[in-house]
Amino acid sequence: MTANGWFQIALFSAALLVITKPLGIYVLKVYDGSMRWLAPLERVLYRISGVDRDEEQHWTRYAASMLIFSGASMLLTYAVLRLQQLLPLNPQHMGAVPDRQAFETAASFTTNTNWQSYSGETTMSYFSQMTQLTFHNFASAATGVALAVALARGITRHSAGKLGNFWVDLVRGTLYLFLPLSIILALVFVQQGVIQNFTQYVTVHTVEGAKQLLAMGPVASQEAIKQIGTNGGGFFNANSAHPFENPTPWTNFWQMLAIFAIPAALTCMYGRMANNQKHGWALWAAMFVLFIGGASTAYWAEARGNPIHAARGVDVVASAVNPGGNMEGKEVRFGIANSALFATITTDASCGAVNAMHDSFTPLGGLVPLVNMQLGEVVFGGVGAGLYGMLIMVVLAVFIAGLMVGRTPEYLGKKIQAREVQMAMLFVLIFAGSILVTAAIAAVSPAGLKGLNNAGPHGLSEIIYAFTSTAANNGSAFAGLSGGTYFYNTILGLNMLVGRFAMIVPMIALAGFMAEKRTVPASAGTFPVTTPLFVALLISVILIVGALTFFPALALGPIVEHFLMQAGRLF
Amino acid sequence: MSASKRPLFDGPIVRRAARESFTKLAPKKMVRNPVMFVVLVGSVLTTLVLARDLALGHGGIGFTIQIALWLWFTVLFANFAEAMAEGRGKAQADSLRATRTQTMAKQLKDPKQKGAIVAASSAQLRVGDYVICTPGDVIPGDGEVYEGVASVDESAITGESAPVIRESGGDRSAVTGGTKVLSDYLIIRITANPGETFLDRMIALVEGASRQKTPNEIALTILLSGLTIIFVLAVATLQPFAVYSGGSVSIPVLISLLVCLIPTTIGGLLSAIGIAGMDRLIQQNVIAMSGRSVEAAGDVNTLLLDKTGTITLGNRQAAEFIPVAGVTVEQLADRAQYASLPDETPEGRSIVVLAKERFAIRGRTLEAGEAQFVPFSATTRMSGVDMGSLQVRKGAGDAVMRWVSEQDGSLAPDLAGIVERIAREGGTPLVVAESDNGVARALGVIYLKDVVKGGIRERFSRLRAMGIRTVMITGDNPLTAAAIAKEAGVDEFLAEATPEDKMALIKREQAGGRLVAMTGDGTNDAPALAQADVGVAMNSGTQAAKEAGNMIDLDSNPTKLIEVVEIGKQLLMTLGALTTFSIANDVAKYFAIIPAMFVVTFPALQALNVMRLHSPASAILASVIFNALIIIALIPLALRGVKYRPAPAAMVLRTNLAIYGLGGLLVPFVGIKLIDMALVLFRLV
Amino acid sequence: MLRKQLRPAVMLTLLLCVITGLVYPGIVTGLARALFPRQADGSLITSADGAVIGSALIGQPFAKPEYFHPRPSAAGNGYDDTLSGGTNLGPTSAKLADTLIAQAVDSAIKNDGARKGSVPSDLATSSASGLDPHISPANAFLQVARVARARHADSSAVRAIVQKHLEDRQFGFFGEPRVNVLLLNLDLDHTLPVHPAP
Repeated sequence: MTANGWFQIALFSAALLVITKPLGIYVLKVYDGSMRWLAPLERVLYRISGVDRDEEQHWTRYAASMLIFSGASMLLTYAVLRLQQLLPLNPQHMGAVPDRQAFETAASFTTNTNWQSYSGETTMSYFSQMTQLTFHNFASAATGVALAVALARGITRHSAGKLGNFWVDLVRGTLYLFLPLSIILALVFVQQGVIQNFTQYVTVHTVEGAKQLLAMGPVASQEAIKQIGTNGGGFFNANSAHPFENPTPWTNFWQMLAIFAIPAALTCMYGRMANNQKHGWALWAAMFVLFIGGASTAYWAEARGNPIHAARGVDVVASAVNPGGNMEGKEVRFGIANSALFATITTDASCGAVNAMHDSFTPLGGLVPLVNMQLGEVVFGGVGAGLYGMLIMVVLAVFIAGLMVGRTPEYLGKKIQAREVQMAMLFVLIFAGSILVTAAIAAVSPAGLKGLNNAGPHGLSEIIYAFTSTAANNGSAFAGLSGGTYFYNTILGLNMLVGRFAMIVPMIALAGFMAEKRTVPASAGTFPVTTPLFVALLISVILIVGALTFFPALALGPIVEHFLMQAGRLF
Repeated sequence: MSASKRPLFDGPIVRRAARESFTKLAPKKMVRNPVMFVVLVGSVLTTLVLARDLALGHGGIGFTIQIALWLWFTVLFANFAEAMAEGRGKAQADSLRATRTQTMAKQLKDPKQKGAIVAASSAQLRVGDYVICTPGDVIPGDGEVYEGVASVDESAITGESAPVIRESGGDRSAVTGGTKVLSDYLIIRITANPGETFLDRMIALVEGASRQKTPNEIALTILLSGLTIIFVLAVATLQPFAVYSGGSVSIPVLISLLVCLIPTTIGGLLSAIGIAGMDRLIQQNVIAMSGRSVEAAGDVNTLLLDKTGTITLGNRQAAEFIPVAGVTVEQLADRAQYASLPDETPEGRSIVVLAKERFAIRGRTLEAGEAQFVPFSATTRMSGVDMGSLQVRKGAGDAVMRWVSEQDGSLAPDLAGIVERIAREGGTPLVVAESDNGVARALGVIYLKDVVKGGIRERFSRLRAMGIRTVMITGDNPLTAAAIAKEAGVDEFLAEATPEDKMALIKREQAGGRLVAMTGDGTNDAPALAQADVGVAMNSGTQAAKEAGNMIDLDSNPTKLIEVVEIGKQLLMTLGALTTFSIANDVAKYFAIIPAMFVVTFPALQALNVMRLHSPASAILASVIFNALIIIALIPLALRGVKYRPAPAAMVLRTNLAIYGLGGLLVPFVGIKLIDMALVLFRLV
Repeated sequence: MLRKQLRPAVMLTLLLCVITGLVYPGIVTGLARALFPRQADGSLITSADGAVIGSALIGQPFAKPEYFHPRPSAAGNGYDDTLSGGTNLGPTSAKLADTLIAQAVDSAIKNDGARKGSVPSDLATSSASGLDPHISPANAFLQVARVARARHADSSAVRAIVQKHLEDRQFGFFGEPRVNVLLLNLDLDHTLPVHPAP
């Protein structure tokens, strides 16, 4: 670990703190309708699609709109991927994507997972990348934020029962939030060297006289929304490790900040909606503590390096000229600190972009991203998904500890009762089940074991990581696992759909139930949700619920691997 | 029913509870509690494995036997906790039942004819029948006094030995079956059929026979069931992961892990806590009609308190004599005492006492016939004494002044000022006047004051600390009300309150999302009692009030509303504290069991054995034993409730999180280690 | 209810698809071409005759002793830009420790005279993309002697060129110090040609 490494982590944290409030206020204005500079375009979209912008939706209708939209867009993507050889913008003449992979990819991008069992540079035409994958990056992100806003409305509105209009939230989020930010960020990227063109792949005659084919494409436009929308699906197989996606430490910094930007801003927006800005900051603080804990652990573990490799002669001690640590699967320009930080951020959020290969991390370094996802990606989290996941944890924390103050648990003046607990538990239960059950099947089935790139506990980690990443809609991978088989394409694809939509339904139901409730005015007897104590409680509940669910599985994966690595065992 | 003195572990109760621990094993009963049902299934499975091992002659049975045994103990301990909680209620129900023995009643065919008595068994009486009770008679059923005034011994119901007055009309007309008439006679109209009487309902309530889960219990059960399912998943999927890793785990060990992880502590004590909460109310002589109302009491935001009897002592008391110009204070005191001598009302008594204490004017006895008492009436609004040519009157200012004016008497010019000042200060002015040989004059004013109960101010500030607002309800004028409100320290008051005002206030509070509690006894309180979230009816009140409220205070002490709120809060706190404790416990159990399970496959996992437990078998066994014993250890806490101190929520949370959250994390580390050492010591592993 | 939701679902899918999938990349491409055409096309390096000899951002394979060598690559057969990726071998992988790393360490010891235990960590390991254009300064300095020997040049001259290509952290603190292998080797060929121009 180097002083500069810590300094970069601190700098990132400071930048995150600085953007939270202004961006939060901006997001608030986007969704409360006071932002109007694209009003004419908005009107046209509503008119063509027959949306009444003033119609408020009950939670059932809000959920139905979201589901139908997601279904329609997923279907479109499946069709385009299957037919891309007939469509324009395909200079490399990519053939049709195989059916199971097209299904999985459509599911993957619709659910904001962006798990990729294909290599972009050898599978996808520019048309598919742009009109489908980039489009989904916008649509799934706007859907996520819309859902979070709906839950926030449900909790903060008084005896309302209605959650807003999904179509309007979808359109406004896309037009006012994601498009402008993406255009700006894309230009920052291009200036630093991210490519943006529609040309054929370029043939290079290397200095030593070999041939090298350079993949091209409209990368910058996809790269920007990939991070801002916490999607994570790379244009290329190596994702943000690829120099054309993430050429410099400066682009790397902006990629990391872009991942956390909107999730962090949403805490501020929520605090303002709840008329309790301190509560918004309390959520931010809880997220930040979990983030910094993860980043520090990962940095420490990676900087410490692998004793087995040290024994083979590698110098794992960092110096002014030697990066030291565990550099397997990491880029020199990013080094240990930025790789560990990126891995933490991308899995805290549901991004899944990677600038280093998690599969080659040390066991504890790899444990951090895995645990981040298993905690439900509530540490800033996916755009929208992070906030609503966090609010579910808040509901549980308030319920468990709220009774201890001698009242029926109340959250922001609304009672948490059987129906709400039921929905929150369903949310947690579906998540735990979709990871554990599928991973258990893969761990003992020949089809599951066939895809492994590593033996021993690390192989189990690869399996658990894959199902965690898909259920959590993250998309990052212990990429050694060959996911491109019928078994994995199908189960992982289904797992992503369950991890997204099966969890959204109880969440949005909870929003609907909360919306109907009366608000009890705060008093000295009200459960405090703005204090450091609350932050500590929330963190404990998140950690304990997550740890209790996944500790047995983790013990046989990364945890035992850590001890084996210390002992020098190889597989 | 002075059950409050009963020790927590009373011999007969413990014996009965121990017996019931087994009868409660019936799956039909167990399935009501999903957490413990899972433990039951686990126990059965482990026993089956044990039977198989025995039949096949496998080795290493000692471990399986012990696991099976302790799993069964876990279930039994939870049943025992519930039975203990119920047992206390049952013991009380038994003593109540003793008073419900059939009695012979003197039935009247016609209430107008006292003489026409027909002997009838109490079981034969129906609603609308009339009975007469004379001294020594046990009142055969719930009813309303139709005629008569009598002192009644209600100790069978209330535990209060002092007899109470029951009379027809008004708010003291309700009588309860099983109580005994001590003096005079009562003609009673029966208002409840046998089996539906107050006593019957009370027995059912204290026995917990009709107990429904409270809303928070339901929500908590959902949470605990959800956690249980998650742990079933975590443990069930562990086997495939273990198989991948090259070492499968035996069924008893998996079940041990599962039982240790699912929240058995709170799951086992949940219903005991609920029952004990009701029981604590009963010990305060308050009967709650439902557990829901006990919880609602904990949630109350606003307390509506009647001024009289709750905030102030029942009656005003003379505090000062203020003479008009030209009259000495002794003269006034003398006349005031004189006018009050035959006055038996508490106000009258207090005037006599004040005159005696301040001016050493001895109470004189008036010879019968010499003096004539003029009682208070609603039309004259004054009372007094006539003795020969001397007439003394005391009463409402305007009434007495009119009386003086009618006799062309003189009214001192400062009189009106004094009256007004007293009223402004919240007191009641009582003007004293005399007419001696036809010369009438006003002498001065007696300052009657409401006396605020001792300590009530502190209680209100405690309530405020808990975030509860107090609203004083009074028929007084706003001036008087404001003065008393200030003295008592209530947050708000409602002056010149009519029943309609009270109702409107409750509805307004509820519209703002607040929960309201109130007490009441009169028939005109009934609608408000029904509307309030917690309505405590006084046992001395009318039948209508008792029907409308969701709690009945057998002592008829309106101040007890505060205790009711505290008991409600304590119930919720106990639920929350043990839930937190139970979940926090799991961390240590993981560190005990997970390394033990896999240390054979991966010796490196020994590093996770932070407690340095002796062996895999001892680690697992110690965790299971700890898990079972903690239920027993926490029964007293479940029955008594967690320590309750009135404080703001933030402070309560901090304290309880420190005790039950942090404690829950740490205690099992110590406990499991100790049990592990004991197991080694006694060579059980 | 479902039918009423179908129209917005289908229409907005198509409309947003056009806006975000065609209009947005179009705008970005237009702006990128106008403002940063070189970067948008891949920061390509062309030789004097106009042939593309590489991208400043993408590593390419070097094996001859007179060139600085990049890190091991898992992209295809090494630095295959259409097969980007890492080894994805875990920390307890025998293949990684005993084959890949052991070989890289051995070669560094044999060819560059590295001491066991002080082999720069980036030298022995594959990058995430398999296209890493950089090596660490320690890695570059280790290779100076070999390159100088192969070019019959003075070590200090080679070292000076390496020094010239040392990139510090961006803006002083972002990222890590590094050397771009392609740019270094091109400069080397330019300044200290292996076969001096006749």
